[in-house]
Amino acid sequence: MLKIDNLHATAGDKEILKGISLTVNAGEVHAIMGPNGSGKSTLAQIIAGHPGYVVTAGSVTYEGKDLLAMPAEERAQAGVFLAFQYPVEIPGVTNAYFFRSAYNEVRKANGKEELDPIEFLDLMEKKLKLVEMDEAMLHRSVNAGFSGGEKKRNEILQMAVLEPKLAILDETDSGLDIDALRVVAGGVNALRRPDNATIVVTHYQRLLNYIVPDFVHVLAHGRIVKSGGKELALELEARGYDWVMEAA
Amino acid sequence: MSSSIESLVNKEYQYGFVTDVESDTIAPGLTEDTVRLISSKKDEPEWLLEWRLKAFRRWQAMTEPHWSNLKYAPIDYQAQRYYSAPKSITPLQSLDQVDPELLRAYDKLGISLSEQKHLAGVAVDAIFDSVSVGTTMKAELSKHGVVFCSFTEAVHNHPELIKKYLGSVVPYSDNFFAALNSAVFSDGSFCYVPKGVRCPIELSTYFRINAANTGQFERTLIVADEGAYVSYLEGCTAPKRDTHQLHAAVVELVALDNATVKYSTVQNWYAGDKDGVGGIYNFVTKRGKAHTNSKISWTQVETGSAITWKYPSVILQGDNSTGEFYSVAVVNNMQQADTGTKMIHIGKNTKSTIISKGISAGHGQNSYRGQVKMLPKAHGSRNYTQCDSMLIGNKCGAHTFPYIEVANNSSITEHEASTSKIGEDQIFYCKQRGLSAEHAISLIVSGFCREVFKELPMEFALEAQQLLGITLEGSVG
Ligand SMILES: Nc1ncnc2c1ncn2[C@@H]1O[C@H](COP(=O)(O)OP(=O)(O)OP(=O)(O)O)[C@@H](O)[C@H]1O
Ligand SMILES: [Mg+2]
Repeated sequence: MLKIDNLHATAGDKEILKGISLTVNAGEVHAIMGPNGSGKSTLAQIIAGHPGYVVTAGSVTYEGKDLLAMPAEERAQAGVFLAFQYPVEIPGVTNAYFFRSAYNEVRKANGKEELDPIEFLDLMEKKLKLVEMDEAMLHRSVNAGFSGGEKKRNEILQMAVLEPKLAILDETDSGLDIDALRVVAGGVNALRRPDNATIVVTHYQRLLNYIVPDFVHVLAHGRIVKSGGKELALELEARGYDWVMEAA
Repeated sequence: MSSSIESLVNKEYQYGFVTDVESDTIAPGLTEDTVRLISSKKDEPEWLLEWRLKAFRRWQAMTEPHWSNLKYAPIDYQAQRYYSAPKSITPLQSLDQVDPELLRAYDKLGISLSEQKHLAGVAVDAIFDSVSVGTTMKAELSKHGVVFCSFTEAVHNHPELIKKYLGSVVPYSDNFFAALNSAVFSDGSFCYVPKGVRCPIELSTYFRINAANTGQFERTLIVADEGAYVSYLEGCTAPKRDTHQLHAAVVELVALDNATVKYSTVQNWYAGDKDGVGGIYNFVTKRGKAHTNSKISWTQVETGSAITWKYPSVILQGDNSTGEFYSVAVVNNMQQADTGTKMIHIGKNTKSTIISKGISAGHGQNSYRGQVKMLPKAHGSRNYTQCDSMLIGNKCGAHTFPYIEVANNSSITEHEASTSKIGEDQIFYCKQRGLSAEHAISLIVSGFCREVFKELPMEFALEAQQLLGITLEGSVG
């Protein structure tokens, strides 16, 4: 589904990604861990199409297409979803309106019929249950004045609405309390299908007890320095990152 | 919110067409004879001509004001034409006598003047260049005693009301542009709602400039008698031309005791092209006088014009009266706007609210200028002002000039201001959810303007949002 090959990228004068290669197949869950500032969010943002980075070498192929050549909105319409580490506020625009615009835009791009506000509310009712959110949230402005945890939950709600093929969750677990973590993880698991894939960026093995990864990668200084199965996360939790980086 | 914004985002100014009608247009220039000529074309009574002439003489002694934050080449008032009217229009004709070409022009603007097809619940007075084409739903309105007609017609049929209220809120000596208007005004709308009557439908005037090199100088007067209620809408468009055209209007509102007047504008005059060639120069004086317990509310969405100079104001004359000003002003490309309000608190326990949203894109320059004045006897009065600016790109500008004067110690004013930039991050967030950049911007901007849009009547709210999309077209690189 996703094939990243020798990806190099810069922001300003700074080289952040220094040769990342990663293959994600349908049905898989990949966890990416690594120290602060190692480039995890950068990788996620580049996959999603953030204009602030320059890819200097390498390629990213998504479902056989050159992902880097597609504008961000086309990537989203093609099923790439990023749950932001820092979700953005849009004052004055209700969640309900925003979600419906996004949903209809993605539907339209895929040749499907758009939903009117009433039909969409029906759909939302089910999705809200999935992440145990109150309907009142729909009528508040997108992320404006939301608590840290509410913002993260709101990201997963959008994922539930858009049902992406490739979801990247950038530290969605940070800032969630124990119960919220379980709810969010439960939501993500409920959305798993053999034909979609998930990349989870996290600092904590805890999340991986709920969303069990097929692969764990350690990203450090802009490179993947180690890959393994889910037991790698446990080892990292116990021993920290130094040993991986030394070995690399 | 409207989902049709999206489909309109990429459209150009769609009202830029010219209607081919034979017009009676007077020669350029402005002298006492011009004033007499206009007055005689309208077959006016002597007292009105006298009033015009006083205004003209006053205007001659005045100089064009330059305190605003607007930059434009000097206007040659002698090069303008002050009157142009389609020949087919005879004064006081009825709607079924209107030239089909004119009706087609209004159809193209989305306004049907034929009684069968008119917008449900809205009466329209259609002003074409210097004259009214006709007014719809008059019969329905007269059942309630509501007078709604062109200014010219009102002069003939309701001279006592015109004599009493003309210039009572904006005297001809008020300012340079008001004096000019008072001397040469050609038509406009008049509305009178009698005591205790709640006007059952929305009233509206659609202003259309068509003739080249001709200014439009209309005058609107709305009087709500004691306990009456009226909601009035105003829309404006003009053809695309590569020379500037002058528009200098005066609007006077009178809300007598316990009355409410709600006045909404969607201003979409031609704004000029990307390089600032052409476009309307819009110099407007709008003011209302609020008597005891009454309320005057201005809502404006200003998206057009090369230059906008406009400060809809309220004189809070009576105790417990309320003034409101809700404004969205958008400038793109080379547009400039200097707009805001004045709230003059004279009576006790008077209340005013100002919500101003300025959006600047391209090389646009947007200034909010607002005055809040609490006079010594305005005990216990309050003002709340919120003034937000949004910048799109980094070649545009937003400026705020608040003037606050409080001359008693029991009144309270609050002022909040903010400036934000549409962030790359906001746009990226929307794009990541599948929205195009244009869609993202109109969404973010609509959100920014929400407090103002909710004040607009339904049909207008949609139109206003669509306009924002069009005005901001191409503002993201
Ligand atoms: N636009 C930018 N301009 C300059 N430097 C940047 C930019 N974006 C990211 N960086 C730098 O690149 C490095 C990687 O940042 P990134 O956000 O990808 O790290 P991360 O692995 O997600 O860290 P964390 O675990 O703290 O979220 C950091 O040193 C960061 O400061
Ligand atoms: Mg990060």
